[in-house]
Amino acid sequence: MTGWRALFYKEVLRFWKVSAQTIAAPVLTALLYMLIFGHLLEGKVTVYESVGYTSFLVPGLVMMSVLQNAFANSSSSMVQSKMMGNLVFILLTPLGHWSWFAAYVLAAVVRGFAVGLGVLLVTMWFAPLSAVAPLWIVVFALLGASMLGTLGLIAGLWADKFDQMSSFQNFLITPMTFLSGVFYSIHSLPPFWQQVSHFNPFFYMIDGFRYGFFGVSDVSPWISLALVGGANLIVVGIALHLLRTGYKIRG
Amino acid sequence: MAAISFQSVSKTFTNARGTFTALDQVSFDIQAGEFFGLLGPNGAGKTTLISILAGLLKSSSGAIRVHDLDVQTQSQQVRKLLGVVPQELVFDPFFSVREALKFQSGYFGVTGNDAWIDELLDNLGLADKANHNMRQLSGGMKRRVLVAQALVHKPPVIVLDEPTAGVDVELRQTLWQFIARLNREGHTVLLTTHYLEEAEALCSRIAMLKLGKVVALDNTSTLLKNASSNVLRFKLDAQLPPELAAQARVTGRIVQFPANDAAQIEHYLAAVRSAGLVAEDVEIRKADLEDVFLDVMGANA
Repeated sequence: MTGWRALFYKEVLRFWKVSAQTIAAPVLTALLYMLIFGHLLEGKVTVYESVGYTSFLVPGLVMMSVLQNAFANSSSSMVQSKMMGNLVFILLTPLGHWSWFAAYVLAAVVRGFAVGLGVLLVTMWFAPLSAVAPLWIVVFALLGASMLGTLGLIAGLWADKFDQMSSFQNFLITPMTFLSGVFYSIHSLPPFWQQVSHFNPFFYMIDGFRYGFFGVSDVSPWISLALVGGANLIVVGIALHLLRTGYKIRG
Repeated sequence: MAAISFQSVSKTFTNARGTFTALDQVSFDIQAGEFFGLLGPNGAGKTTLISILAGLLKSSSGAIRVHDLDVQTQSQQVRKLLGVVPQELVFDPFFSVREALKFQSGYFGVTGNDAWIDELLDNLGLADKANHNMRQLSGGMKRRVLVAQALVHKPPVIVLDEPTAGVDVELRQTLWQFIARLNREGHTVLLTTHYLEEAEALCSRIAMLKLGKVVALDNTSTLLKNASSNVLRFKLDAQLPPELAAQARVTGRIVQFPANDAAQIEHYLAAVRSAGLVAEDVEIRKADLEDVFLDVMGANA
């Protein structure tokens, strides 16, 4: 394999070689959420008339895992290569900014999908699950993973140290995924927090993704598609600009 | 056509403490097929210059051309021509030696070069380490992999930034045999090193940098000819008187004086004797590149 495909393959092999940590561990975490929240809240929380709580939870956990792991892949790879100094091997090559972008983000999408599929496989047995609009499922998974992979790339370029990276993850990515409606429908929130949730792009990813399974959602999937697509274009633009100018990687 | 042309390259760094000029109007050409040495003390700007050449840093002003292509505006073509061995001992801990080399080939758009990769492994003494993870290798072995990674795409211009720093004699021998062979086959080589005897043995032409400026640029043989022709060397168990020590180079027990003729040699030996000291193991040797280097660096103090 040559060009960006070689870099893409390197990035995939990098997480695949430590798959206990990069795939199995997040699948286990999602399984624990399912066991605890599904067991405690089934029958006590009604989100949609037609959907049981445990069924409602499955797509939320899948999407949350896709998003967090797509982010983790590109961000940790970039910040590690910068800290170890081995980014120089890529800096010395003729690979341009589009190649860097394609390789890092696609590898993040692959990691997100691998974990998401694993979470789906272990949680789908807990409750009946339908897939009324599979195309929406794929589209939102793809857009969500690529957006978080791109954000991870931006964060990895920006961060000089591991602790800066983990602040980005702990204070931004994790709260935004938890508060996006993984465990609840925003219609169950007080009006103020419903309004706030509408400014969280992660909410639209999970809402649109869930629509693909049940055919019901808090907002129309078309609105979610427009907003998630727009947010993607913005972060892709930023990432390509940073790569083209060599932000923090070429002095 | 020059293989590398440095044209008034300047680089200033700005930080909280102010601005620092790392390179000041550096200009010289390296011809295709040359084995060229870039020497200078720590902080002279050698690595900064190589980083700008490799596209890792941007110059503040001036230009560098490789095979007449500009490193800034035609960076992708230039990087295909360059094989750079970085000074820092870096590696990717996820992969084996062979994986690292195959990925590096792929980045340059090269495939099906397994024969060349095997040749690199053989010539750099890495053949039995090919399937070892990078983490398992000693420092010297990691250094060899850095060299192999720089050469996977058979670059016409090879840039080595202190490749032998902290490396044992055996690797230096294997490395220089191999690099010299590539040079004979037509590859241009740019070398920075702290080992002046290496530069003297290998480089046909030399530039010396000091505080970001070129302070010497000539054929190695001319530089040697222009230096004081001989050096008086002896061992001493006691301290030299200060007025003599100021003219000498003292390394532990070893004392060396630059000397052009017999009269000067007699003068120094007499001065030592009249100070009541006994010189042992007295010898007179030809000046080498280290003497030239210290002359040049001292003269520009």
